[in-house]
Formats: sequence, C-alpha cells, structure tokens
Amino acid sequence: MNRNKILYSGAIILAVTLIAALLVALVLFAIGASPLATYKTILTGPLSDLFGVTEVLVRSVPLMLVALGIAISFRSGILNIGAEGQIQMGVIASTAMALAMPHAPKAILLPAALMAGALAGAVWGGIAGWLKAKLQVNEILSTVMLNYIAAQVYTFLLRGPMLDPSELETGSGTPQSMRLPELAFLDTLVPGTRIHMGLILALVAALLVWMLLWKTTLGYRMRTAGAGAKAARYAGIPVERYLIVAMLMAGGFAGLAGAVEVSGVHHRAIEGISSGYGFAGIVVALFGALHPGGIVPSAVFFGILLIGADMTQRSASVPANMVLVLQGVIILSIVSAQSFLRNPYAQERFFRWFGRFSPSARKAGKGVQS
Amino acid sequence: MSAGLMIYNVLCLAVPFSVALLLAALGENFNQRAGVFNLGCDGIMCMGAFLGFMVPFTLKATPWAAYGNFLGLGAAMAVGAAMGVVFALVTVTFRASQGIAGIGLQMLGWGLAGTLFRHFVGGVTGVEGMAAIAIPGLSKIPFLGGVLFNHNALTYTALLLVPACWFLLYKTPWGLKVRAVGTHPRAADTMGIHVDLIRYQALMLGGAMAGLAGAYLSLCQAKMFSDDLVAGRGFIAVALVYFGRWSPLGILGGALLFSIAQSFQLSMQVWGIKFPYEFAVMLPYVLVIVVLALARKARQLGPTDLGKPYNREMRF
Repeated sequence: MNRNKILYSGAIILAVTLIAALLVALVLFAIGASPLATYKTILTGPLSDLFGVTEVLVRSVPLMLVALGIAISFRSGILNIGAEGQIQMGVIASTAMALAMPHAPKAILLPAALMAGALAGAVWGGIAGWLKAKLQVNEILSTVMLNYIAAQVYTFLLRGPMLDPSELETGSGTPQSMRLPELAFLDTLVPGTRIHMGLILALVAALLVWMLLWKTTLGYRMRTAGAGAKAARYAGIPVERYLIVAMLMAGGFAGLAGAVEVSGVHHRAIEGISSGYGFAGIVVALFGALHPGGIVPSAVFFGILLIGADMTQRSASVPANMVLVLQGVIILSIVSAQSFLRNPYAQERFFRWFGRFSPSARKAGKGVQS
Repeated sequence: MSAGLMIYNVLCLAVPFSVALLLAALGENFNQRAGVFNLGCDGIMCMGAFLGFMVPFTLKATPWAAYGNFLGLGAAMAVGAAMGVVFALVTVTFRASQGIAGIGLQMLGWGLAGTLFRHFVGGVTGVEGMAAIAIPGLSKIPFLGGVLFNHNALTYTALLLVPACWFLLYKTPWGLKVRAVGTHPRAADTMGIHVDLIRYQALMLGGAMAGLAGAYLSLCQAKMFSDDLVAGRGFIAVALVYFGRWSPLGILGGALLFSIAQSFQLSMQVWGIKFPYEFAVMLPYVLVIVVLALARKARQLGPTDLGKPYNREMRF
C-alpha cells in the first residue's frame, strides 16, 4: 500500500466517522440530550472502574462469537442476518441439555451443553443455507423470517414446556427456565465479577476462524466462492455446498454464543437473553473488516458502546433504542466508506481535487498521482 | 355458524389486513423494477408508523385536529421519501452493497422510531385514527358490500393504487424508464436515460409508499404505536414482490393470500379452536419462506440487474 492510498483511506474513514457522529448527534439533539455529554458517557463511562471493564468484556464475548460466524458467512458470499434466532436456538438447546442430565460430571456436562447450543444454532442457520443453495431463496429474507420464527418458538418453550415449575408454584409467572446445575457453569475468571471462561473460548475461536479461512483449503474455497461464484464454479468448487457449510458454521458460532451466555452469565434461559447481539454482531463483523484480527477489538469496542448506552439511559435518559440508531448509522457509513475505498476513480478524483490546494503539487506541475 | 358466514368474516378482516402489505409491496416493486433491492422498507415503515401516529397525537388539542390524520399521512410519506433518498445516496451514488445497507436502514428506522416515541410519548396511548367510510349504495350489496366497501379511505386508495401502479409502470414513459434502468442500465444510459436519477425517483416513490403503509398500521389498524408494531411486515412486503412476480396484480394476490391466512388464524381463535398463540403469530413468517421457495422459477421474470449498482465508468 503506497503513501497516497493510506492518506486517502485515512481521510475517507475520518470523514465518514465524523459524518456518522454528526448524524447521531443530530438525533441526540432532537431528543434534548447533550450530544457531547452522551458521547462522553458512552465511551468513558464503562471503563471508569474494574467492574465496568469486566462487564464490557462480558458483553464482548457473545458479540465476538456471533461476529466470527457472520464473518465466515459474509466471506463465503451469504449474508447471515439470522444470528438473533440462532442464538435463541442455542440457548434453548444448551439449557435443555444441561437440565436433562444434572448429575453428569462437569467434564461431560459443560462441553455437551455448549455443543448442543452450537449444533442447534448450526441447524437453524443451515436451514437458510440449504434454502439458498437448493431453492435459491434469498438468504436475507429467509434468515430474517427465521429470526421471527425462533423468537416465537423461544417464547412458546419458555412459557410452556420449559417453564420453571417453581414459577408456577409461586405464581410470579416470569417466563424463564429452571436454573442450570452448577456443574454446567463456565468458571468465573475474576472473583466477584461476571467475566467467565467464555472470553478465552471466544479468543481461541477467533484464532481458529483465522486459521480456517486463511490457512486451510476449505477456507480458501469458501472465500473463493464468496469472492466470485462464477469463477469459483469454473474452478471446480461446488459453491452451493460451501454456502451450506458457511451457514452451518455461522449458525454454530451464534448458537455457541447463546450457550455461553446461558452457562456463563445468566445460568438459565430467560426472555430477551439475545438482547440484540445478533444484530450488533453484524455491525461488529463489518467494523472488524470481516477479519478475526479486527473482530476481537471491534467486539470490545461495541461492548463499551452497549454498556455505555445502558448508562446513558439511566443518567441522561436517552432511550436504549438509541443503540439501534447508532448501529444503523454505523452500517450505512461502513458500506458507503467501503465503496469509496474500493473505487480507484474516486481516489484519483480525490487527489486531483486535493492537489489544487497543495502548493507543492502545483509547483511540480502535476497533481499527486496515485 | 354457517360456512358462508365464516368465509364472510375471514374476508372482512382480510381486506384491511392486506393494506399495509399491499402499499409497501407496491412501493418496493418500483424500487426493484429500477434495480434496487430495498430491505430498509421495514425501517421506513417503522418511521412512517411513528409519524403517522405522532402528528395527529400532537395536534389533538389544537385547531388543526381535524386535519391531523391527513397531515400524519403526509408526514409519513415525506419521511419515507427522505429515507428513500438516504438509501439512494448510499446504494446508487456510493454504490454500496444493497443487502447490508438495507439492514442498516432497517435498524436506523426501527431504532429512531422507538427512540423518538419513548422520548416524546412514553407509554401506550391511542389515537382516534381514521374512521371507516361506507360507500353509499355499494356497501349495501350483500357479501361484497361488507368485504370491499366498508373501510377507511386509505384502504380504497390502496386498492385503487394497484391499477394506478400498473398504469404507471407499463403505460407511461417514466414506467418504461424504470423498467429499462432495472433490466439493462447500460442500454438505458446509451439511450440518454439518467440511470441514477430514475433510481433516485423510484426509491423516493417506494419510500413514500412504505411510509404510508406504516402510517396505515398505526393510524388505521392498531390506532396506536409500539416498537414491534411493524413486526417484519416490511420484509414480508419485499418477499411479496418476488411472489407477485414484479407485477402489481400479482402483489395484490400475494397480499390477499397473506392477510387471509392471518385473519383465518385470528378467526380460528374466535371460534374456539385452540392452538398455542405463538404458533399463530409465527404463521405468516413460515408462509414467507414457503412462498419464496415455491417462487424460485419466477426469478427469470424479475429485473435482470436487480441488486447490481450501475457505474458508467466501469467497462463491464
């Protein structure tokens, strides 16, 4: 990458960030909150003490796992919007598995619960992959629909078959499952906080995904299928098969994220457990440039945003939906920025325009060439 | 209860249910015919629903109250058109990936509607909404009168928009340009059609109609607003365009099929046939997947450059 390219990329990213921040500030202004104070609370509030930092990491674990799966699917040319539903399926399966054998030793119970979650998520994602590969059903629409279906299945199970029997006795009627046996818990890393072994798991997963995508034949083929289906097919790669594989993996990671949330944080299936991680995961993956090395820091960054947004809700009375606005603006900005970064003509034009203001370029009698 | 009465009840409910889907899908059809796949439709509907509710709600105690509903519909269409322009800026001018950008717009609209609602209104509040207007004479026809001629003004408008959209798309120069731009933008460009401009116009029109669809939901159907009022209807509308094979009449058929399924499910609960509520809610979403799987042959009928940004500077 030459100097001009870096200069150009930096300028575009800076401009897009500023525009996005301004747009969100406009919304904040409209609802009577001070944009600067809100930004300050969101970005620095969560990091003010050790507990805050661990809470950020707790949030970043599911984000990381979901985003890794989404990166696999996006890289393979299939847009998985269904992580939200896949998480819920993972929660259901891992909870059911852990509750089904409460007396098993930890070495069996914990992996079994996590595997069950990943498997259920994989199946849920695989449906969309299969529909895309065999019946050419648009994967965005099918995964969105599967999200709504999963939400209903989840509510049905929590209010019916999986409802904690003690809830019926006490009559509080909170739709939640029984508490998991303690042997199915992921260990806490720092005593007194909620940060758990899932963080290590997610970091290992990031490494594995990097190896899969860039160091194995399977990953190479998947990325080829995503970069150009026609060329990949011409090279003898069965693109359809890799679409299904990609969706199985993406769903698996989302399901695992659900399982980790249950066994690491909530210790039972509750309503709203996915709390938007499925959608935030898309933003995390795009923000991390669909690369594990970018996804890890970007997941932590969005962990800060999520906690910070919670804080502003309490302190500055900015509704929590503001996170969705933020995410929407970030997605629109990222895809816009990408198309500028990829467009060689835009870069040329930028420097021609820029060159007019630079005296050295004028003296040399030419615009800065890229 | 006789079978005839049952069918009558189902159909009477189905027509008003279909309006939001119909309006949004007719609008989305213009987008897709022009080659832009607008998944943000759902977010636009959320904003339309919010403004359609908000304007009459604020004007309740002012001298403007009588015009509240119409101003609400106007505001919903305006915000829809504005969001259409935003989407056009990102996908037509910046040529970003339409699928992801659509999801971004959906989150933006959904989140913005929820944020503004919580700040300005807070709790659940109803509005008077739009009253049904029985068309004199026609509403007295047995069976048909109740099914077709006893609704609010927006329902009639939506039904009349089906032939209007057909006319606009197939019988006017602008419609021809829209179809050309979605099928072969380079040829259209060669013939002197401003591809980007037509796409902007189509997205504005589609956005305005999606906004109107949202306003129908809050103003006529629910007579209130909540975060999950739209509940993915924008995505269903996008699927309906596939199902309707990009023709207004096909879209009308699809919208009716969906709303009949939905009102049938509601009627079953009224008749005392018991099954879990969650499964009833799930039904339309399952139907979308089935419909999309069955409609795959229709793909050849669709605009060939759907989803592809056009760049006149590129040679291929």
